[in-house]
Amino acid sequence: MKFDIHHIAKLANISLKKDEKDKLEKQLEDTLDYISNLNKVNTEKTSPTDHVTGLLNVVREDSVYPSLSQEEALKNTKEVKKGFFKVKGILKNE
Amino acid sequence: MNNLSSLSLKESTKGLKEKKFSALELTKACLGQIKKVEVKVNAFVTICENEALEEANKADKKRLNGSNLPLLGVPIAIKDNFSTSGIKTTASSKVLENYIPPYDATVIKKLKEAGVIIIGKTNMDAWAHGSSTETSDFGATKNPWNTNHLPGGSSGGSAASVAANEAVAAIGSETAGSIRQPASWCGVVGLKPTYGRVSRYGLIAMASSLDSPGPITKTVEDSALILEVLAGRDEMDASTSPLPVGDYSQNLETDIKKLRIGISDSYFIAGIDQEVETSVRNAIGKLESLGAKIETIKLFDPKYAIDVYTIIQRSEVSSNLARYDGIRYGNERDFFGEEAKRRIMLGTFALSSGYYDQYYNKASKVRSVIIEDFKKAFEKVDVIIAPTSPSLALPVGASKQSVMFGEIADVLVEPSSIAGLPGINIPIGFSKSNLPIGMQIMGPQFAEQLILQVANQYEETTKEEGWRKKKPNL
Repeated sequence: MKFDIHHIAKLANISLKKDEKDKLEKQLEDTLDYISNLNKVNTEKTSPTDHVTGLLNVVREDSVYPSLSQEEALKNTKEVKKGFFKVKGILKNE
Repeated sequence: MNNLSSLSLKESTKGLKEKKFSALELTKACLGQIKKVEVKVNAFVTICENEALEEANKADKKRLNGSNLPLLGVPIAIKDNFSTSGIKTTASSKVLENYIPPYDATVIKKLKEAGVIIIGKTNMDAWAHGSSTETSDFGATKNPWNTNHLPGGSSGGSAASVAANEAVAAIGSETAGSIRQPASWCGVVGLKPTYGRVSRYGLIAMASSLDSPGPITKTVEDSALILEVLAGRDEMDASTSPLPVGDYSQNLETDIKKLRIGISDSYFIAGIDQEVETSVRNAIGKLESLGAKIETIKLFDPKYAIDVYTIIQRSEVSSNLARYDGIRYGNERDFFGEEAKRRIMLGTFALSSGYYDQYYNKASKVRSVIIEDFKKAFEKVDVIIAPTSPSLALPVGASKQSVMFGEIADVLVEPSSIAGLPGINIPIGFSKSNLPIGMQIMGPQFAEQLILQVANQYEETTKEEGWRKKKPNL
């Protein structure tokens, strides 16, 4: 199984150094080989399980209750501007 | 009063109620033990000395004022992936090395409401990715029975802290093995409840369709005492069950003669440690001699669970760890360690366009096959007993030999985790090399009471056995 490490790293937003890339690529290909047993199990008539609880349509009362204060919500961030999280620019000209 | 820290939870609460010692004395005894052994064991990421002493004083005042909260004044260690308001919570990752949550996980809220004192936050595999604690960014934890060996993981710090008497009990979390396997390797009781029995709110998410918080304790009764505090529906976690919570600790007696125990040869896998196999078969023999009916059953080969788990866990990890952007809290994604990167990458791949059907969807279908297999088995038997781990605690460094280390170490606990079933590890003896051996009892969904009863019956029957008097030499 060939693993396109550049594409996946981009999707996962993970930056990798050259030597890291080579090592990881090999390890991930090995892992995919290791788990290939799955194809031996016949699942033609089986539906997938997403969760095991059997619960359906769980909702709670739409009630108002106190949330974190602005101060608490911002306490763990490194950069605050005028009471907001400061994020990196996402438009090219910024 | 030298040995207060070695008391069980039951003995601690009894002593506190009868005013034989104070919460402050008990807390100081645990802190004293931490100071003595932590340099060798490294079970904690954060030790909450000042907070714990303050809370102990408050607990003693509450007691004077007539409070009778079930766990009032008992020092408990918490795995460092449970959000604790005002106390650093790192999941043993440098990404969160300075993160101080502004709120409590539901598990923490419930423990505090029951009167518990948080003595510290325990070490784990970073993000709970592993079965050794060696992937912690803050150094590995060592097995208290032999510090050249691993404690298992990911709740390795919690299991080691209980085995080393640094805390009266501890809280862990299991996705597939992370409570039972370290409990087995450290010789303590570890209960993984049914998925949905205990709230995940405020637990740093790993694989959301599997994560199950649970107690790690010195005795089965202690496990029941904590489970009855933790269990129950929580509107902050929609996957929690509305089924009523039992008085688990009040109903530990059972008529073993009516019990049908299933054993499956597929759980005594090739390469299993011979001492483990012999001990587990002997232990099952003891239950048989008490009158339990042993039935040999066929179970789906656990090796397939490794494949299912690897795909589902990595996929859910890649989604859950996508939130760490270094903006709102924590450090940037460059701070992820090797193991986290590996898992995020594999999960991203398994969910990516063109591969979803081949991997995630296929794994979810085989998951259904495993669930059906257990359902059929539980039509014939009440509980299933098997080894918890195919090996004894492995030497330090073992996890670095294979990228699949964790999955191989957890092969016997992964099937029941994938099916969302409850299971409990109980210690059953020691190897010649003086390492603990554990056995697991698995039950159908929400059969916590039953597996606790069987575990308790075993513990009661074997309480005079010589190995129970052993103490770690630290």
